[in-house]
Formats: sequence, C-alpha cells, structure tokens
Amino acid sequence: MTALTDLSLAEARDALLKGQVSAVELARAQIAEIERARILNAFIVETPDKALAMAAASDARIAKAEAGPLEGIPLGIKDLYCTEGVQTTAASHILEGFTPAYESTVSANLWRDGAVMLGKLNLDEFAMGSSNETSYFGPVVSPWRRAGSEAPLVPGGSSGGSAAAVAAKLCFGATATDTGGSIRQPAAFTGTVGIKPTYGRCSRWGIVAFASSLDQAGPIARTVRDAAILLRSMAGHDPKDTTSVDVPVPNYEAAVGRGVKGMRIGIPREYRLDGMPAEIDALWRQGVEWLKESGATIVDISLPHTRYALPAYYIVAPAEASSNLARYDGVRYGLRVPGKDIVGMYEATRAAGFGKEVRRRIMIGAYVLSAGYYDAYYVRAQKIRTLIRQDFERAYADGIDAILTPATPSAAFGLGEKGSADPVEMYLNDVFTVTVNMAGLPGIAVPAGTSSEGLPLGLQLIGRPFDEETLFAAAKVIEDAAPKLKPPPKWWA
Amino acid sequence: MSVDQATVRRIAHLARIKVSDDDVPQLQDELNAILRFVEELASVDVEGVEPMTSVMPMPMKKRADVVTDGGIADAILANAPASEDHFFKVPKVVE
Repeated sequence: MTALTDLSLAEARDALLKGQVSAVELARAQIAEIERARILNAFIVETPDKALAMAAASDARIAKAEAGPLEGIPLGIKDLYCTEGVQTTAASHILEGFTPAYESTVSANLWRDGAVMLGKLNLDEFAMGSSNETSYFGPVVSPWRRAGSEAPLVPGGSSGGSAAAVAAKLCFGATATDTGGSIRQPAAFTGTVGIKPTYGRCSRWGIVAFASSLDQAGPIARTVRDAAILLRSMAGHDPKDTTSVDVPVPNYEAAVGRGVKGMRIGIPREYRLDGMPAEIDALWRQGVEWLKESGATIVDISLPHTRYALPAYYIVAPAEASSNLARYDGVRYGLRVPGKDIVGMYEATRAAGFGKEVRRRIMIGAYVLSAGYYDAYYVRAQKIRTLIRQDFERAYADGIDAILTPATPSAAFGLGEKGSADPVEMYLNDVFTVTVNMAGLPGIAVPAGTSSEGLPLGLQLIGRPFDEETLFAAAKVIEDAAPKLKPPPKWWA
Repeated sequence: MSVDQATVRRIAHLARIKVSDDDVPQLQDELNAILRFVEELASVDVEGVEPMTSVMPMPMKKRADVVTDGGIADAILANAPASEDHFFKVPKVVE
C-alpha cells in the first residue's frame, strides 16, 4: 500500500474530495514524517497544532461541499513569508523571535484556498546563498546522497528547506522565493519542480525583502501539475504591492497537458559555457531531443549579454539589499545589542545579528551606492540589465515561445565544499538562472536526469512575460520523457 | 577597482556594521574578490542605453490619498526590544 505522503498534491486533493481520506489524516501523516526527519533540519518552526486545527476546518468545509482548490493540503512555508502569530526569521539571528501581526499576501491566498500550514522552512539567511549553509539555524541536509556515500549534500539555496522538505515528502508542496535562482537551483538539486513566475505575478507584500526588483515568490512541488496548482493559488493582483501586476491568473493546471507541438524552442549558444561538465551538456542535448520528438521546432538563438548577467546581479542585488536591510536597527523589532550611543547600538546590533554572507553583501551594496561609485557601478549595472532584457525581447519577437537551458552547472555538492575561500565560487551556481531575474521573466526547473553519482539534474525553461502556461506545458513534456527519478532511500527516518 | 583597509572601515561604518581590526584584512580580500568579478562590466558599451527602472513596464499605480489603516499601536510595538507608553525606546540621541 502506498503511504498517504507518497501521493502527489493532485492525487491527495482528489482523494480528499472523494472522501477517501480526511484532511486530519493527511496532516497527521505529514506531521509524523516531519518528526522523523528532523536530522534534515528542513523546518525552523513546526506548527503541528495549527496544522491539525486547519485540517479539521478543511474537513468541515469538505463535508459542506465548500472546499477550496487546495482544501486540506498540508504545505510548508519558507520562513521568509510573514505568518501571523508564527515566528518569522528569514533564518537570521537579527529576526529571531519576531512574530508578525500580519500574514503575507501569498500565504493568505493559500489559506483562503483551504491549504494547511505544517510550519516554517529553513533557508539561507535573508535568502542570500546557494546551499542553505548561511542559515543562523544551521544548514539543511539534502535527502539525496551520492551513490555509495553517506557524505551530507546541500539541497541548494536559498529555498533549501522548501526543496528538501518536498523531496523528502515532508509536505505536498512548499512556498519559496527566487532572487537569482533560489527556487530553480534547489529544485534542480533535489529532483523537484520549481517555478519562478514573471516579476509582478505574485505579491511581495509580507515577504521579507532581499532585492525588491528581483524577488519573486513561487512554489516548489514534486510534479509539474502540482506546481501549476500551487501557483494558481499563490498568484494574483495585490493593491498592497505596487509592482504586483493586475492581469488575470490563468488556470495553469489546464495548460499542463497542452504539449509543445508547433512551439519554437530557443537554444541560446551563450549558455554553452567553457568547462561545462559533459553530463550537463548531454542532459541539455537530451532535452532538445525530447522536445523535438514531441513536435517542437528547435531554433539556435543568441543572447549576447548573458555573460554579464551574473556580475551585474552582484551589483544590483547587494545594492538593493543594503537599502532593504537598513531597517534592522535594533529599534522596532528583532535583536538589540547595546552600544555607547545610538550609532554604537546600531553597529553592535547589526554586527551580532547578521551572518557573514549578509554583512558582506550589505557592505558591497553600500560601496556601489556610495558617492563617486554610484554611476560607475549601480547605474551601469542597471543599463546592462536593459541590454539583457532586450536580448530576450529580440528572441521572443522572432517567434521563440520558450528557451531551454541547463538549470545548474553541476549536481548538488557536499556541505562545506564550496565558497569558503572565495565567495564568487558559490555565486557561480546561479549562472544559468540569474538572467531570468534580471529580465523579470518566468523560469521553471524540471528534473530531467541523473548525474554519474546518481544525483538529480534539472533543465530550465524560460518563458515570455506572463506566459507561465507555456512553461508548464513544455516542462510536462520533459517530465514525461525523462526516466522516472527513483526517490532517495529514507536514510533519515 | 579595489578597496584598501581604510575604505573597508569606511564602508562598514556607512553600513552601520561594527568590524574588529582582525576582521578587516579578510573582509578586504572578499570585497576585492567580488569587485574583481564585476570588473568586466566596465568593458560593456552602454552608450545611449536607459538604465532599467521598472522591471515590468507599467504605469505607477496610485490610490486615493486617504487613511486606510491605523489605531494599532499595540500591534506595531509588540516586537519592539524596548518600548514605553506607545513609544519605541532608544539610547539618548539629544543632549
């Protein structure tokens, strides 16, 4: 017999509506899995009592035939989303103990549609990282291991808790956020599906800000269909976010089986990097073949400013972060460390409250925004951003429907393996994903194969603005064509 | 461009982050590694290119200039490290 937690989100939803399982049973099964998997450190806070109360309310609504689209589905929430009455930390010491008096718009949308909250998921501190090793609450361990090895691997980051929890079946899906690749890279590392929608598709209100012009909310799930179901509930216009776009949210699930017949898929030559591992290149070629066999036309395209995206990102993102994180001053919320005067208090609070990577990025940001450097660094980076977007606009104007690339330059790596000597080594993880944030476009990562060591590898599809439907359709073709990923053995339970 | 140790201390103060003398050399190396990484941007021709100011081109949203919220001082102060009578308490600022 299949365990309840082995169901996909779509299967669980259908079983709930048919009365084959109750929401409380589902929540209980999920809570038991979470308790057994604490060694993964995926959750910062577990909320089992809240989950059971919400599940009981869901059962009552199902009984009255008032079920919402996610009625009774237990989810994990990245601890960057403010949740009313439940500690929200951004995985930072500076916010430890912070209990919001309000709910983020995206999580409120999920509860409106009947979802059940299991707890708050670990992440890199303030979503700054690609391995979930910068969390004040300790690293998340991936459920995946290299064949024949017990060495702990990273789940990717910054949404490492979300990806690990979904891959280990601790929840049916999770919220995540993506500023430079923080949904897609951990999804690729853990064999899950993650979509960063178009900038403005999901409200940023109530999500702890990192880099406001790059941050977007999105789901991580086990299947393309599950991601489509979640995004439909998360998305939508919000007057409280001035960058939230007032356009209708399509029924993404309906797009899942649409196929790619007649689509034109672009293959950007600039993504073929020097020194790219042969297995990543082979995976990419395989993806091309699958889409071609399903009736898509493959077109070689050029996105000439690709190589500048990552360096430009490391100006824009720290600049916005240094501005956004100025609010953590020990006055209104969070940690306060006394100093000899008020500036001494600010400096001591921020030195003790922020971790190494966050302090480094705030300082880089302060530098590139400082008098004399603003034009040379910040304004120049924003101009390069325009050039990056124009590259994509030209491709789409030429009739390209979506673009296929690798999701990451490698499979997951070991804890402590990268970035200790040179921060840039870690930043290179985002080389394929960051262009999408710089241009504000939607991007999805979908599992497509395994590395020589038996670890998941993902492909990325990049779409036109607000055309997430095409991404779900094309990702489904890859999901169906790819060899079915054997879930990792439950060594943690 | 690269930063010297005095600049590292100046940036840290601008960012309101206390750094100890022992931290400065390592921070200097790390910041310079990042600055070296972004150096190639200087070679891009950006003549006549508008800097991106709005990610999705759209008119600025406006709303009526009316009070929509308020009267929730207790909720606002609930997370304050120090407060008194609906005020945030801070170290003495004015002598």
